[in-house]
Amino acid sequence: MHIATFTERPYGPVPEEEVIRNASFFGVSNRFLDPVKAGALFNRYLDEKLYAEELGFDGVMLNEHHANPFTLGAVMDVEAAILARITRRVKISLMGNPLPVADPLRLAEELAIIDMISGGRLVTGWVRGAGCEQIANNINPTYNRERFDEAHDFILQAWTRDGPWRYEGKHYEYRHVNPWAKPIQKPFPQTWIPSLVSPETAVFAARNRYSYIALATFLPPTMEMWNLYADTAAEEGFQAGPECFGYLQKVVCADTEEEAHELGKNYVYGGGQPAFARPEWMFPAGYNSKAATKRLAYALSDPETNEAVVSGKQAGSGVDVTETRRYNNEVLYESLLRNGQIIAGTPDTVLPKIRHILQALRPGIFSIWHIEGGSTTQEQSMRSMKLLADHVLPQMREWARELDLPAPDEVRPGSRKLPPSGQRDPVCDPGARAA
Amino acid sequence: MAKSDCKQKTIAAAGAELSYLKAGKGKPVLVLHEELGNPGWLAWQRQLAETRKVIVPLHPGFGVSPRIDWIRSVGDLANYYAQVMLEQDWVGADVIGFSFGGWIAAEMAAQNPGQFASLTLVAPMGIKPPQGVIRDLFEAPVEQYLAASVKDPASSEEFASLFGGAMTPEQFEHFQDATAEAARLAWQPYMNNPALYYRLGLARDLPTLMLWGKDDAIVPVSAASLYQDAIRDAKLVLFKDCGHRPEIEQTGKFLKKLANHLS
Repeated sequence: MHIATFTERPYGPVPEEEVIRNASFFGVSNRFLDPVKAGALFNRYLDEKLYAEELGFDGVMLNEHHANPFTLGAVMDVEAAILARITRRVKISLMGNPLPVADPLRLAEELAIIDMISGGRLVTGWVRGAGCEQIANNINPTYNRERFDEAHDFILQAWTRDGPWRYEGKHYEYRHVNPWAKPIQKPFPQTWIPSLVSPETAVFAARNRYSYIALATFLPPTMEMWNLYADTAAEEGFQAGPECFGYLQKVVCADTEEEAHELGKNYVYGGGQPAFARPEWMFPAGYNSKAATKRLAYALSDPETNEAVVSGKQAGSGVDVTETRRYNNEVLYESLLRNGQIIAGTPDTVLPKIRHILQALRPGIFSIWHIEGGSTTQEQSMRSMKLLADHVLPQMREWARELDLPAPDEVRPGSRKLPPSGQRDPVCDPGARAA
Repeated sequence: MAKSDCKQKTIAAAGAELSYLKAGKGKPVLVLHEELGNPGWLAWQRQLAETRKVIVPLHPGFGVSPRIDWIRSVGDLANYYAQVMLEQDWVGADVIGFSFGGWIAAEMAAQNPGQFASLTLVAPMGIKPPQGVIRDLFEAPVEQYLAASVKDPASSEEFASLFGGAMTPEQFEHFQDATAEAARLAWQPYMNNPALYYRLGLARDLPTLMLWGKDDAIVPVSAASLYQDAIRDAKLVLFKDCGHRPEIEQTGKFLKKLANHLS
């Protein structure tokens, strides 16, 4: 099993009342950004990645969002390049580069350079980018899927075909493709595809024999995607295994339960992930197929109450900040704990919950979304990582052996043969009992 | 969509499938609908259809007529409609375009003004206004855009009957389809073609009427002066206390001005 650490690298000092009034992190004015504080945060987050390596994590995972205090890393490749130099052992996984908003040739160069500097430790990940990334970069959302597909195919060519050559596609044209940057990993870096349970993405990942990473989505729709991936894999002639699947989970540890929950509430600062961006920004015109829009609403709705946790609250001066803050800290936090979106506690109480996920989803990659943001101090964040590393990771590794959950490094995704019957084996266990 | 006295037809036209609404007899009037799709069969259309043949094509990709992949700009769409006019023998029609549809009509005029008997532009997009900006359809909920499209949503009965109350699933789907295709064609430059003003030189002598609400919060009325500059005899009628939809907000006056202009 590959165990990584992840954080959104938020701009912690963003005034909570501004986020609440805006009903969204995206859209809060950047007049609240102090570059000195932001610079210190970037350094803190980089230091924590170094610390993760020291503690024995297998990987450090980054992501990218634009124009958003939810994630400072708007140009993730810059951070990845630094990590390529300052870390020695960990994989640097990028979850992921939003292809439709990038210049694919430049991206091919950037990523190849990161792979070269890191000595082949890059894990690339391709994403369509959230709706608001299309708005922030002014990229036509109706061509999102086409641009994704075309950029993906182009980058693989740019990495594998000797130049110079000329490219004329529908959305991109280059008269001179000859990057003096090639990945060390052949034919190209290991690739994981992060997703919020979009069926098209699961099919895409399976067809390309990439691992598929579910980004903290509820377990039932996540298992549906695992099955869709495995069905597609069977069509492609291979048996999907744990090496094909990864899961991102918010986990915070402290020395006492009380401390862990106090700390865990920073996950719902400003409304947390559900307040990432308002629906009109998440789903701009033409961004999703109608079917995908419906599926996403289901994936991010609370299975107990069927309430959409993606948003639904409208912005405006009428918003009661105090009441919303209370709601987030009490009702929202409790509900995210109850439905397993957040795991918080001492190592002893955290472990059975992780065991349940490992049994149910059988992932070969597990990424811990560690606590940041709000009032989280660096000491608290690092203490949580230390407790996890000392008391949780060893047990997870043991379970991974017991449950046979190999990482993509151990078993190459797409390399397992289908059973002689031609019928694929199950890839998850919906019957696994909750802790 | 209430279309009690109009018929919906689907034809093979210029290599694609196209649906349109039609009613009445007489000389054809081609109506090009707005960016949110065809809002319905409206009072002004019912009245006009008493004396004229009214044809309302449902733009490709807006939910009823299928998307046509080769059409990637409003200029392409204008070319498609020009081919349809030829095939359907609609050449010589009076053409009326509303908002986004006004932009299509202006592009058609710039490509081939000889196809039209006359041009009527109702608060057209297409030319970047010298003052103010065309309201962004893509960064806010569609309800807000709709509410901004009339001076006073409460005082217009027809507007309330079309868009009042909570959005139905059918309306939601209709708007999803329409805005997606509008985005595909006009995301950037947003709802304008920087060359249109110059290209309209070809249509400088086309009899043209512009109808515009003085309080239009969707397309600033400042754009009218550039249209008038390009189409030298274009007449401009401003509607007082009126937003982006004079045909709905002030139907009587709208029809009177239109009747005077049509051939």
